[in-house]
Amino acid sequence: MPDNTKTESEKQIVEVERPAGVKRTIPDVPRAVMTCEGLCVYYGSFLAVRDVDLIFGKNEITALIGPSGCGKSTVIRCLNRMNDLVVGARVEGVVTYHDQNIYARDVDPIEVRRRIGMVFQKPNPFPKSIFDNIAYGPRVTGMRPDSMADLVEQALRGAALWDEVKDKLKQNAYGLSGGQQQRLCIARTLATEPDVILMDEPCSALDPIATARIEDLMLDLREHFTIIIVTHNMQQAARVSDRTAFFTAQADDTTGNRTGLLVEYDRTEKIFSNPSEKRTEDYISGRFG
Amino acid sequence: MATLGEHARTQPLGRARGGERAPRAVVFLLALWLCLFTGLVFLLVLLVQILIEGWPRLDANLITNYSSLLFPERAGFRAAILGTIWVIGCTAVLAIPLGIAAAIYLEEFADNERWYTRLIEVNIQNLAAVPTIIYGLLTLGILSLMQLVLDFQNRNVVIGGGIALALLILPVIIIATRESLRSIPAEIRAGSLALGATPWQTVWRQTLPAAVPGIATGTIIALSRAIGEAAPLLLLGAVVFIRSDPSGLFSGFTAMPVMIYSLVSQPQEELRTTASAGIVLLLVLLLLMNAVAILIRNRFQRRW
Repeated sequence: MPDNTKTESEKQIVEVERPAGVKRTIPDVPRAVMTCEGLCVYYGSFLAVRDVDLIFGKNEITALIGPSGCGKSTVIRCLNRMNDLVVGARVEGVVTYHDQNIYARDVDPIEVRRRIGMVFQKPNPFPKSIFDNIAYGPRVTGMRPDSMADLVEQALRGAALWDEVKDKLKQNAYGLSGGQQQRLCIARTLATEPDVILMDEPCSALDPIATARIEDLMLDLREHFTIIIVTHNMQQAARVSDRTAFFTAQADDTTGNRTGLLVEYDRTEKIFSNPSEKRTEDYISGRFG
Repeated sequence: MATLGEHARTQPLGRARGGERAPRAVVFLLALWLCLFTGLVFLLVLLVQILIEGWPRLDANLITNYSSLLFPERAGFRAAILGTIWVIGCTAVLAIPLGIAAAIYLEEFADNERWYTRLIEVNIQNLAAVPTIIYGLLTLGILSLMQLVLDFQNRNVVIGGGIALALLILPVIIIATRESLRSIPAEIRAGSLALGATPWQTVWRQTLPAAVPGIATGTIIALSRAIGEAAPLLLLGAVVFIRSDPSGLFSGFTAMPVMIYSLVSQPQEELRTTASAGIVLLLVLLLLMNAVAILIRNRFQRRW
């Protein structure tokens, strides 16, 4: 029953009938940039995650949380077709970007990745200078900026790294600390001017201070980009995200394999204060996971 | 049942049974040392003997003079040295680009599930172990085909030596390049692809430049192997008593291993001494090449 305290957008709630009889409400997100409809991912014959329905809103941070092995990284890798690189991976269902199915036959995955950037769990700078790291994206995608130096500076400022490295742009990127390397990877993604930025546990390999800086950075980046982040850290999701999707893994009766599935997806405040599903509540309060 | 750890707690610290000082371990260690020693001793004896025999002829004439039957005390390796340089130059130009390209295809682009890819992989491993004289036979066949199109009489030509040795070291270069490419972590490729680069851009701009030190090391070691090969060149008919420098890809030639082989069986004492001096020269060259390869590896190779 709709509340009077809900905002205008949430009064429109889409109810979807799921095959197992589980009703799941998906908030009708205004200005959706990407959606998943009925997404299922197979690795060979093993079903890794099934029936994912999500809507990602423009200029929002959406967090995917859940215990290990429930398919969060698999889902996020589908969003920029990085799962194509895994041998034996098969995707069913539809992933749309601005209402266009990115898994359609005539869609080039390279084009998809130019618009949807990704930051990985372990910082992976190239074995080149800091300048060349940032300039690599624009060079390979055929951007011809009037001044590459300006573009590099802009990207580094956007990642809050400019002041620390402006005097050593020609030095090898491996000389930076872990947190700086991860911000370098974010700057590298910003340089290609994407629309959406995916982050797969970006702070897992970093210390708390570096983590805090990156979280601040995410909140700044939200103004211009749509951010989707996978995180193991519930508190991080609560601090940073606008909407949260909670995944869990369910063991299959016949084979014993665990398949990931989406349990609940809603605004972050609601998930962490008054979740609809008991499983969500158990996870949030630490009773399992 | 005794509790775990109870036995350990009650024994005093001291020499353990079966530890490093036990007789069995010492005997094993001694046996290993003996094997190493034996191998080294044989090698050293051989080297010293060659050095003693060739010592009288280690002079500048060795490099600048041609070989000669009339004046054996002045015979030199000039033709052989230049011939080796020409042939190895040919070999490098033929084998290196081909080998690196093949390795890039197999490592980055080929679909490993296909049967023909697996067939190629198995074959390359085998080719590295084929008796080298086979490559000589293969080259004779190739040269006959070339003689139908181009106009040259003799099959003892520099390009023939180049082809033979290139075929010989091609599997070695492919394997070394593949190992080098494989050592580049997948995260670098993933990072490049996630930015919107094509697989070819990723290879050309990230993977290959990062793999260059390993490729250079493997290539130099492969070339040093080619320098020492005599069998395929002998089959081509590399002539020994040449008194001119190679003048082109289709000129006659001789090479150092071939000349050494020939001089060693000559009746004249001086020529055999010359042969020993030539062996010393060849060994020094091989040592230098391997040292350069190791230097490159130690200085430039990144530990991921």
